[in-house]
Amino acid sequence: MKKNILNHDLKKIRKSLLNNIITAAYSAGASSAHIGGALSMIDIINIIFSKFINLSPVNIKEIDRDYFILSKGHACLAYYSILAEKGFFDKEELKRFEKNDSPLLGHPVLNKKFGIDFSTGSLGIGISIAVGLAIGLKKKKSKNHVYVVLGDGECNEGSVWESFMSASNFKLNNLTVVIDHNKFQQTGSNEEILDTLSLHEKMNSFGFHTIEINGHDLNELETAFRKDPANQPKCIIANTIKGKYLSFAENNNKFHHAILTKTLYDQAVNEIRELE
Amino acid sequence: MIVDSSKSKLFSSIGQRATFGLACLELKKKYENLMVVTADVSTSAGLDRYKNKFQDNYLDVGIAEQNMIGIATGLSTLGYNVFTTSFAPFQSMRCLEQIKVNQGYMKKKITMVGIASGVVLGTLGYTHCCIEDLSIMKSIPGMTVLSPSDGSEVVKSVFAAAEHDGPVYIRLTGGSNSKVVNTDDYNFKIGLPIELITGSDLIIFATGSILVNCIEAAKEMKNDRGISVSLINVHTLKPINKNYIIDKVKNYKKIITIEEHSLEGGLGSTINQCLIGSMSNNQNILNLGLPDNYSISGEYSYLLEKYSLSKNGIKKKIIDFLNS
Repeated sequence: MKKNILNHDLKKIRKSLLNNIITAAYSAGASSAHIGGALSMIDIINIIFSKFINLSPVNIKEIDRDYFILSKGHACLAYYSILAEKGFFDKEELKRFEKNDSPLLGHPVLNKKFGIDFSTGSLGIGISIAVGLAIGLKKKKSKNHVYVVLGDGECNEGSVWESFMSASNFKLNNLTVVIDHNKFQQTGSNEEILDTLSLHEKMNSFGFHTIEINGHDLNELETAFRKDPANQPKCIIANTIKGKYLSFAENNNKFHHAILTKTLYDQAVNEIRELE
Repeated sequence: MIVDSSKSKLFSSIGQRATFGLACLELKKKYENLMVVTADVSTSAGLDRYKNKFQDNYLDVGIAEQNMIGIATGLSTLGYNVFTTSFAPFQSMRCLEQIKVNQGYMKKKITMVGIASGVVLGTLGYTHCCIEDLSIMKSIPGMTVLSPSDGSEVVKSVFAAAEHDGPVYIRLTGGSNSKVVNTDDYNFKIGLPIELITGSDLIIFATGSILVNCIEAAKEMKNDRGISVSLINVHTLKPINKNYIIDKVKNYKKIITIEEHSLEGGLGSTINQCLIGSMSNNQNILNLGLPDNYSISGEYSYLLEKYSLSKNGIKKKIIDFLNS
C-alpha cells in the first residue's frame, strides 16, 4: 500500500516523532532510555508507517493485513512515537514510559490496543517471527507484507542468520528486512566489538535482493521500499547515524541507553524546533 | 480419535515417535489449519506419510530450532494450529529463550513435541538424551507439560494439545515394541492423573513410558509377595492438581515417584512440592529417577537397570522402601 504523502509531510511527522521520543525519554527520568538506536531508525519507521504499511487502529485486530516487527526491541521509543502519531494510543501515554504498570515498557510488550503485535527485546528473535508470518501469508495466498527492522549489532546473534537463510529458501518476496546500520552496539562500535564486515555482501550471499541506502534520505528510502523483487526477500541496509537529529547524541554511544536530563531535554526541544 | 485395543497394540509396536506421525494424519482431518513444523526430523518423528500427503500443512525449516520456534510463532499468529518437533534436547533447550518469549511471554499457542526424550538414545551419548526437559518446560509460566505413557496416550495428548488454548510441550519417551499401558479407550483430560492400579500397601506416582515397568513390577509383587500397590499415571506435569495428589496419598505411609528424568525438577520434585505441609510424621516419600549428572551412558535397558528404573529395579526399591 503506497500512500500519497509528500516529503514535506514526512518531515513534519519526523519533528513530531522526535518530540514524542524526547517526551518519553525525559519522563523515564533516572530509569534511562535507549535513545541512540531509536533516533537512528526514526526515518525508517516514519516511511514504513506513513507511506507503506497497511496497519491501522482499525485493522490491527484482523489477521490478514500487513505486519511490523521491531526485532531491535530496545528502540521501542521510535516504535511508540509512531504508534502514538498514527492514533493507536493517546500521546499522553508516552509520559508513562517505563513507569510502574505501564503498557509502554523499555522493550515492546504485545498489546493490540496499543498497536504492538509482538513482545521483543531479546535480540535475534523477532526476525524469525517475521519469516513465519511471511510464510503463513504466502500459504494463505494473501498479498500482505511483513516489515521487520533489525539492528546491525543484533546481527551478532546467530539466530538472525538462521532466519535469513530460511527467508530466501522460502522465496519470501513479501518480506522486507531493514537493517538499521548505525555502526554501533551497546558498548562500542561494530568494528570494535564484532566486525560485521560487509553486511551488503552477506545479505546478497544469503539470497536477498539487497539495497544499500542513506537511511535518513527520504527519497532513497522511498525508492528502496518501492523495489519489488519477484522471487526473493528484500533487504534494505540503511546507513544511519546513531542519535540522529540531536547534536549531543549523534554518533555518541553514551546515548545508547542514557538519562535525558532537563538541560538536554531543553536543548533537544530547541534543536527539533530548528529542524527543516 | 478413538483408541481401541488393536490400535493401542499397533501404537506400542511402532513406538511413541511413529505414533505421533500417525496421530498427525488423523489430526489433520479435524483441524484444517494444522501446520506441522520440523527441524529436519521428519522421518525420526514418523512424519513421512504426513509430509507427502499434506505438503501445504507441513514445513521443514532445516536444522535450526531457534528459527523453528520463531516461524511457528508467526504461523500461530496467523491462526494456524502449529505443532513443532525435534529431538527432545534440541526442542526444549536449543530454542529455550524463543520458547520463553514467544510461548511464555506472548502466550502463543504452539505445541512442541520433544521426541526420544529420556535415555532411550543412550548409546548416542548425553547430547541426544534428555533428562532435563520436564523441569525446564515446567519453569515457563503458562506452559502445559504432558508426558504420555504409551502410544494411545500420545494420540490423546496430541488431540488434547490441539484443542488446548495455550502452549504445550509433549515429551515422548521409550522405544518401539514397548508394552501397552492403556489397552482400551479412556478419558484423558489435561491435568487429571489416572489411577491405573488400586492397592493398599504403597502408592506410586509415575510418568512416561516407564509406567510399563511400574505396572509389571506391581503385578509381580502382587503375585509373588502379596504386596498391593496403587499406581497413578501422572501424564500431566503442569498444571498439577495439588488437591488430587494430597487426597490420593492420605491412606498410604509410603509414597514413591518414578520417572525417566533427572531428580532435579521433574515428577518427584513436583509431587514433593504438592505434599509440602500436608504429610504426617509417619508418611515417607521416595523419589526414583535419573541422577544429577552425565556420567555413564549406554544401552537403554542397561541404563534403566543401572538406575533402578527396570521392572526388577523398581521392585527391589519398593520392597526395600517398604521394609525401611
